[in-house]
Amino acid sequence: MPLSTLSLSVKIPLRVALLVVVTTGAVTLTLLAREYGELRRNLAAGTASLGQLLATTLIQPLTHDDLWRAFEIVRAPLARGVADAGMAPAFITVLGPDRRVYVSTDPVRHPYGARAEPLFPAEVLGGNGRAQGFAGAEFVETADDQLLTAAPVIADGVVLGTLVLGYSRAQFLPRYFDLLRRAGLGALAVLAVLVPLSWLYARRTAAPLVRFADEMDDFSRDHAHAPHAPAALGDEFARLAQAYRRMVSAIGEKERLEREVVAADRLASIGRLAAGVAHEINNPLGGMLNALNTYKRHGKGDPIALRTASLLERGLLQIKDTVSALLVEAKAANHPVTREDIEDAKTLALADERSRGIRLDWRNDLDRAIPLPSTLVRQILLNLLLNAEHAAAQGGSVGCRVQRVNGSLRIRVHNDGDSIPDARLPFLFEPFAAEEGEARGLGLWVTYQIVQQLNGSIDVRSVPGNTEFDVCLPIPQPS
Amino acid sequence: MRLGLTAVMLDDQVAFLQQWRAYLEAKLGRRVEFVQRGRYRETIELLQSGHLDAAWICGFPYVRYRSELQLVAVPVFRGKPLYQSYLIVPSQDHSTRSILDLRGRMFAFSDPDSNSGFLYPTFQLHKAGERGETFFSRAFFTWAHRKVVEAVAVRLAHGGAVDGYVWETLRLASPELTQRTRVADRSPEFGHPPIAARASLAPADARALRIVLTGMSADADGRALLARLNLDGFTPGGDELFASIDRMRLEVFQG
Repeated sequence: MPLSTLSLSVKIPLRVALLVVVTTGAVTLTLLAREYGELRRNLAAGTASLGQLLATTLIQPLTHDDLWRAFEIVRAPLARGVADAGMAPAFITVLGPDRRVYVSTDPVRHPYGARAEPLFPAEVLGGNGRAQGFAGAEFVETADDQLLTAAPVIADGVVLGTLVLGYSRAQFLPRYFDLLRRAGLGALAVLAVLVPLSWLYARRTAAPLVRFADEMDDFSRDHAHAPHAPAALGDEFARLAQAYRRMVSAIGEKERLEREVVAADRLASIGRLAAGVAHEINNPLGGMLNALNTYKRHGKGDPIALRTASLLERGLLQIKDTVSALLVEAKAANHPVTREDIEDAKTLALADERSRGIRLDWRNDLDRAIPLPSTLVRQILLNLLLNAEHAAAQGGSVGCRVQRVNGSLRIRVHNDGDSIPDARLPFLFEPFAAEEGEARGLGLWVTYQIVQQLNGSIDVRSVPGNTEFDVCLPIPQPS
Repeated sequence: MRLGLTAVMLDDQVAFLQQWRAYLEAKLGRRVEFVQRGRYRETIELLQSGHLDAAWICGFPYVRYRSELQLVAVPVFRGKPLYQSYLIVPSQDHSTRSILDLRGRMFAFSDPDSNSGFLYPTFQLHKAGERGETFFSRAFFTWAHRKVVEAVAVRLAHGGAVDGYVWETLRLASPELTQRTRVADRSPEFGHPPIAARASLAPADARALRIVLTGMSADADGRALLARLNLDGFTPGGDELFASIDRMRLEVFQG
């Protein structure tokens, strides 16, 4: 499992614990470095005082040429017991004024009379000429991991020899390891207390967030109707973000559905009202037209009355047309739609297409008959094409695509004219919704009614330069 | 009675010396005081000047200052009033068989007034026509037999001359020290370093001391003390024990 998907209830304690470990480590290292510096300073101080003592004590044996006494003096600091108490040198060697070994606690490596030059680096022997003694003496590190320091043995201004104190790096290791061990144990003890405490604290800090994320997750899933959505990946922050997005999209979807329902309800009410009014008008209208017919046939032939009757008849017929248009009814007896039906609609609708220089992008993908009423489908297509042609700019284009998609007949018609204002979109399919100066405005109403009766859907998308109507009609399955 | 001690014995056993002093005081019926000095020469000078009544000295100064001294007793070591001078080398050295194998090396003598630690090895070199100052790269004195053993053990010296009695006693007390050395050569037997009184000491006092010392092996307390000294007892002895030392002395220093 990648780290990023871990829960915060693990991640926050982990981070806090890591911080504690790093801090403790840094503090330990700092203390260790200080201790190490202290160790070196102690060594320098100890060496200086030891060297001073030895240099003073060696004056007599050196002036008396008492080799054994000189050996006993330099051997004393290395004796067992003394050596354990402090950091005794690994060896002490006394060089004579002739720069040859006079005596050494390590007579095998530094035998009597051996020349000092190959045994010690020149900077160590440089101490031979200095008068300040061990107080200012520096340590010189040799290639074989030894720390050397040296100072002259001076009596009455005469240099009797050089005292060389040698330490081996290895002899400090146990001390340093002991230091390391104690520091390490201290750090572990601190960690043993701090890590569980900080872990506990961090867990408590993370707990409300974890709970909140769980609740948000559950809530957003329930309300997005996705109870079986895959569990969110990532920590609680990622889950919260996903839940939030899910909720936002759910709310958006809900609002869209509500708008659609409201629009559909309104259209349905209008449809019912229109149908009711149409029926109420149609009955007296039929009677009035019959009466006029009768009058025209059997009247006295008064020319004025006849002209008036004719005027009345034209007016009543116009009302009848309008009412019929409002009263959209699917007529059952219809043959299925064929490719030719679609092509007929093209021919009918685009009669004056060329005169206005409108380009037509036509695509008819039907290859066999579809069991949908051809008259209604043709009317839908005709209405949409006429609208598109009307809306298209001078020299613009109109596109149409008819195809069979997943058990539906899909008709898409678009044009490149001005887009439909947002304010009009909600009322687009209502009768007489057209603005001043436009056509009567029943085309889309009729289209909508037909689509509804065929259990289909109609959508419109309008952006500047492209307005598209998308009709989807389910093809009835033969029972 | 003031008794001088030298490094012919292991003179660093303070508790033992107190017990021995108490024993001698009880037997002699008088106060006894041990006087320790680091070098033979100092002890002998104290004896000569009358500051000491008697002292445990080496056979070499005994024969040298014979006229100023009277013999009190000679220790008996391994049944005889005799001892040897040992030539010791570091235990790593497996080849040295004689002091003459150590030309150009470092050599540790114990004391210039010691027979085993100086006179005998010098005599050997003398016989070979050599002198210590030139034969060795460096020779030095440690002023005590025990320290000769230490010098050789830490390989400060490649060889050393040591009192065989001291080395053998040390082998019992500090085997870890003697183990680091190897006895490369042993001298003929010489008279054991004697206890001598100044010539001016009343013969009765000298005799009393002799009787107490030679009687130590007769009682339990005395035997316990002798065991600490790694000795069998004391015997009156005689000058003939030290004749060979005197001959070497004459040959080396007056020949």
